[in-house]
Amino acid sequence: MNNTLVEHDVLARTLGEAMARGAEFAEVFVEDRTTSSAMLDQRRVEQLSSGHDRGAGIRVVVGDTTGFAHTADLTESGLKAAARAAAAVARGGGGGVREIALGALRDNPSHATILPGDVDKARKIELMNRADDAARSEGSSITQVQVALGDSTRQFIVANSDGLFAGDHQVRTRFNVSCIAKGDTGMQTGYRPIAGTRGFELLSADAVADAARGAARQAITKLDARPAPSGDLPVVLAGGSGGILFHEACGHGLEADAILKQASVYAGKVGQLVASPLVTLVDDGTVEGEWGYLAIDDEGRPGARNVLIENGVLTEYMWDYLRSRKEGRVSSGNGRRQSYQHLPMVRMTNTYLLEGDSDADEIVAQTPYGVYVAQLGGGQVNTATGDFVFGMTAAFMIEDGKITAPLRDCNLIGNGPDVLQRVDAVASDFSMTPGTCGKNGQSVPVGTGQATMRLTGVTIGGAAA
Amino acid sequence: MSQLLEHAQRILESARGDEEIEVYVASGVDTEVQSYQGEVEELTTATSNGFGIRILNDGAGGARVGTAWAGSLDDEAIVNALREARDNATFATEDEFVAFARPDGVGAVSLTLSDDAVASTPLEEKIAMAIELERLVRGGDTRIRQVDSANYSDYVAEAAIASTTGIRASYARTGAYVSVEAIANDGGDDQTGWGLSAGRAPHELDVEKAAADAIRRATRMLGAVKPKSFKCTAVFDPRTAATLFSIIGGALSGEAVVRGRSFFANRVGEMVATPSFTLLDDPTDARHFGASVYDGEGLACRRNVLIEKGQLRGFVYDTVSARRAGTASTGSAVRGGIAGSPSAGCRALQLAPGHVDQAEILRRVGNGVFVESLIGVHSGVNPVSGDFSVGVTGLMIRDGQLAEPVREITVASTLQRMLLDVVQVGNDLEWLPGAAAGQSVAIDNIAVSGT
Repeated sequence: MNNTLVEHDVLARTLGEAMARGAEFAEVFVEDRTTSSAMLDQRRVEQLSSGHDRGAGIRVVVGDTTGFAHTADLTESGLKAAARAAAAVARGGGGGVREIALGALRDNPSHATILPGDVDKARKIELMNRADDAARSEGSSITQVQVALGDSTRQFIVANSDGLFAGDHQVRTRFNVSCIAKGDTGMQTGYRPIAGTRGFELLSADAVADAARGAARQAITKLDARPAPSGDLPVVLAGGSGGILFHEACGHGLEADAILKQASVYAGKVGQLVASPLVTLVDDGTVEGEWGYLAIDDEGRPGARNVLIENGVLTEYMWDYLRSRKEGRVSSGNGRRQSYQHLPMVRMTNTYLLEGDSDADEIVAQTPYGVYVAQLGGGQVNTATGDFVFGMTAAFMIEDGKITAPLRDCNLIGNGPDVLQRVDAVASDFSMTPGTCGKNGQSVPVGTGQATMRLTGVTIGGAAA
Repeated sequence: MSQLLEHAQRILESARGDEEIEVYVASGVDTEVQSYQGEVEELTTATSNGFGIRILNDGAGGARVGTAWAGSLDDEAIVNALREARDNATFATEDEFVAFARPDGVGAVSLTLSDDAVASTPLEEKIAMAIELERLVRGGDTRIRQVDSANYSDYVAEAAIASTTGIRASYARTGAYVSVEAIANDGGDDQTGWGLSAGRAPHELDVEKAAADAIRRATRMLGAVKPKSFKCTAVFDPRTAATLFSIIGGALSGEAVVRGRSFFANRVGEMVATPSFTLLDDPTDARHFGASVYDGEGLACRRNVLIEKGQLRGFVYDTVSARRAGTASTGSAVRGGIAGSPSAGCRALQLAPGHVDQAEILRRVGNGVFVESLIGVHSGVNPVSGDFSVGVTGLMIRDGQLAEPVREITVASTLQRMLLDVVQVGNDLEWLPGAAAGQSVAIDNIAVSGT
C-alpha cells in the first residue's frame, strides 16, 4: 500500500496558497478510510455495510485564530479552494503565495498481518455464528444475542508549513457481543468487546467464543442482581476496564487545551502531589496493537509514552501542536482527530495505571464491606469542577472479604482530585480494555488499563433504600 | 425536482432486473465559529456530500439486503458502492420481513424547515454573535472567571431518497445555534453552567438569553455541597426532562421491541405511566427542532401517540420492524447519515403540557431535589433493564423554594418506576434541539446518593 493520496508538489503548492494571506502555520491532512461492518442478530446476518470516505482537512493558524475547511475534492484546484477558505481568517497581510519546502514523506506501515480486505466475508460470518453458539451454550435464559464485527483501514498523510510530511496506515478491528438474559425479574444485559489496532488476526475462534460466554454469563448473573447500594463505600475495581476511572477522574483534566484555558482542576499543579503515592499514570500511544495505538498522531508527531502522574506527583500534561506551540514546547503526540472533517485537539491514546505489588484476591479478602466492580461501561467528566461518573455494568457486594450478591447497573460518582487520593491498594494483574472516547463531538478509539485496585470510598449511585 | 433527487434517480438506473435499489443522497454546508477572549479562536467552513445505497434481492426464504456508502458523489464511488452493496447482499440471511418502503398513501405535510437567511447572512455577522455571546457572559457577573468556549454554528442540509419501489422524497433543513459554557468562582470551587439558543436561522437566536442562562446556572451552583444520601421527589427542569423523554423514546422504538430489547414489549394497552402522562412523537409540528416532512425511508412523517393518559398505545416503526411486528410503518425511520441503515426511532417527542408552572410544581413538591444538569447518561442508564442512575448537579428544594446548590450526587430509580411516579407535569414546554422537547416534571421515589 502506497501513500500517494496527493502528490508532494501539490501539497506544497496547497500549503503555499494557505499561507498566502499572512498565516503563521498551515497544515494539510489527507485521509482515505475504508470500513466494513456486519451484524448477527438472533442468528440472522444483517446490515452488511461497506464504506469509503476520502478527503482533506486544511487548517491555517494566524495568531490565536485557527481557520479550518475540508473538502472531498482532492484535485489541486479543490485543495486550493479549501486552503483559501481556511485562510479567510487571515485578514490583510500577505505578500502572495509562499514557497513551502516539504521534506520527503516519512511513512509508517501498518502492523496488521491479515488485512480486512483480504478476509473472506464467509469467514467473518462463521466467527459471528461461533460467538452466538457459545453465548447460547451458557444457558436457556439467554434470549438475545447480538454480534457486531467491524474493521477500518485508514491511511493518511499530513504536511505542514514547517516542512513536516508524514503518513500512517492504521488498521483496526473490533468484535462486540451483547447478550440479553430473561428471568422472573425482567431482562438483563451482558457485553464484551474485543478490539485492537490489528488486522483480522485479532479474532481467533477461541477469543470470540470466550468473549461471547463472558457476555452471556454477565447477563445471566445479573438476573439475580439486587439494586446497588446508595452512598459512600469502599470499591474494588477489577483489572482492565477500571482504567476508565483514570481516563475520567484525571485524564481529560490533564489535556492541555483544558489546562491553558484554566478550565481544569489540575491547572497549575505540575510538581504537586495530586494522587495517592500508589498512582503512576501513563498515556502511551506506543503500545503496539492496542486500540489507542498510533505510530504518529494526526498531526504527524510520533506517538509517545508520557508519564502524567508519578508516585502521586503530577509530572506532565498531554499536548497537541497548537497548544504546545503557544507554550514554546513540543507536542507529546496527543493531537488526534476523528476524521479529515475535524480539527485535531488534545486526546488520550492508551491511558493506564502502572501495576503495584498487592495480590488481587487479598485486596478483596481485606475488604470487610464494599462493592466489587468486575466491569465498567463508560463515564463522563466535567473537567472544570472535576466531578465525574463512571458506570458499572457488572458488580457484586463484598461482605466479610468475600464477593457475594450481584448488583444492578448504576453510576459511581466522585471528584477527580479527591478520588485519586483514595487509591489504597494496587495489584499486579494488569490488563487493558478498548473504548471510544468522545470530546466536543469527536470520537476516537482509546485504551484504558489498570490492575485490580481499591478505593477507600466512592459514591455508589444505586437505587437501594 | 431537487438536484439531489435527480442524482438519486440516476443511480437507480443501475438497477438490475432481479434487484431493488434504495438510494439516500445528502449534502450539507456547515459553519462554526468559536470565540475566545474576544477573538475568533476557531472558524470552520465546510461542505460535504455523499450517499448510501441499499440493494435488496428476493429469494425463496425472503429478502437479503447489502449496504454501501461513500463520502462523495463521483461516478467511481457510485460504481464501487453498487458492487460492494451487491456483494454484501449475498452474505445476508434471507429474511421474510426484510423489505424496502413503498408509498403508503399518507400525504406529506407541508412544513417550512429551512430559512435562506442561514446562507445569506454574512460570515462577519455570525462571528460577531459568537464574540458578543462571550462578551455578555464575561461582563455579566463579576463571579464569572472564565468562558471555556462561546460558539455560533449553523448548517444547511439537504437530502433525497429514491427507490425502485416507488419512493421519491427530498427535503431541506437549516439550523443555527449559539452555546456557551461559563465557569464561575467566588473564592471556593469552580462551578459551570451552559446556555443555549437554537433556531432555524441566525435572526431567531437570543444571544442575551443564552448568556444569562449560562451565568445563572454557573453562579447559582457556587458553594455547592455533597449532601447525605436520601430518598425524595426530584424535579427535572425542561432540559434534563427532555433527556429523560429521549431515553424513554428509545425504548418505544419498534426496533427495540421486535429485537427483544425494550421493557415496553408486550405491554400495549397497559397503564405504564401516571394518568397525567401523555407522550407523542410528532415530526409534523414545525415548532419542534426534530420536525421533518419525510422519514429516513422517504415515507411521510406523521403524528404518533405513544403513551396516552398513562396507557401504552403503541410504538414507532420503520418498514422492517413493522413487518416483523405484523403492522405498518408509522413513518418513523431514522438514519444516522449516509453511513447508517434506517431503523425505527422517535424524532420529535413532546409531552402533553400540564397546568402548572415550575414555581407551582416546586411549591407542591415542598421538599426534594431540583435536577439542573445530568452527567453520565450513556453509562448509567440501561434501556433494556430500565435501570437508571445518573450524575446530577442541582439545587435542594425546601419549603417549596429552590434552596442551596448540590453537586457530586446521583439520582436513581428504574425507568419503569419513574413513569408511574410522575407526580407533576409542567406547562413550561421548551423547544430544544434534539429528539425531545422538555418541560418541568416531578418524579417521586428517587434515590439520591451522596456521602
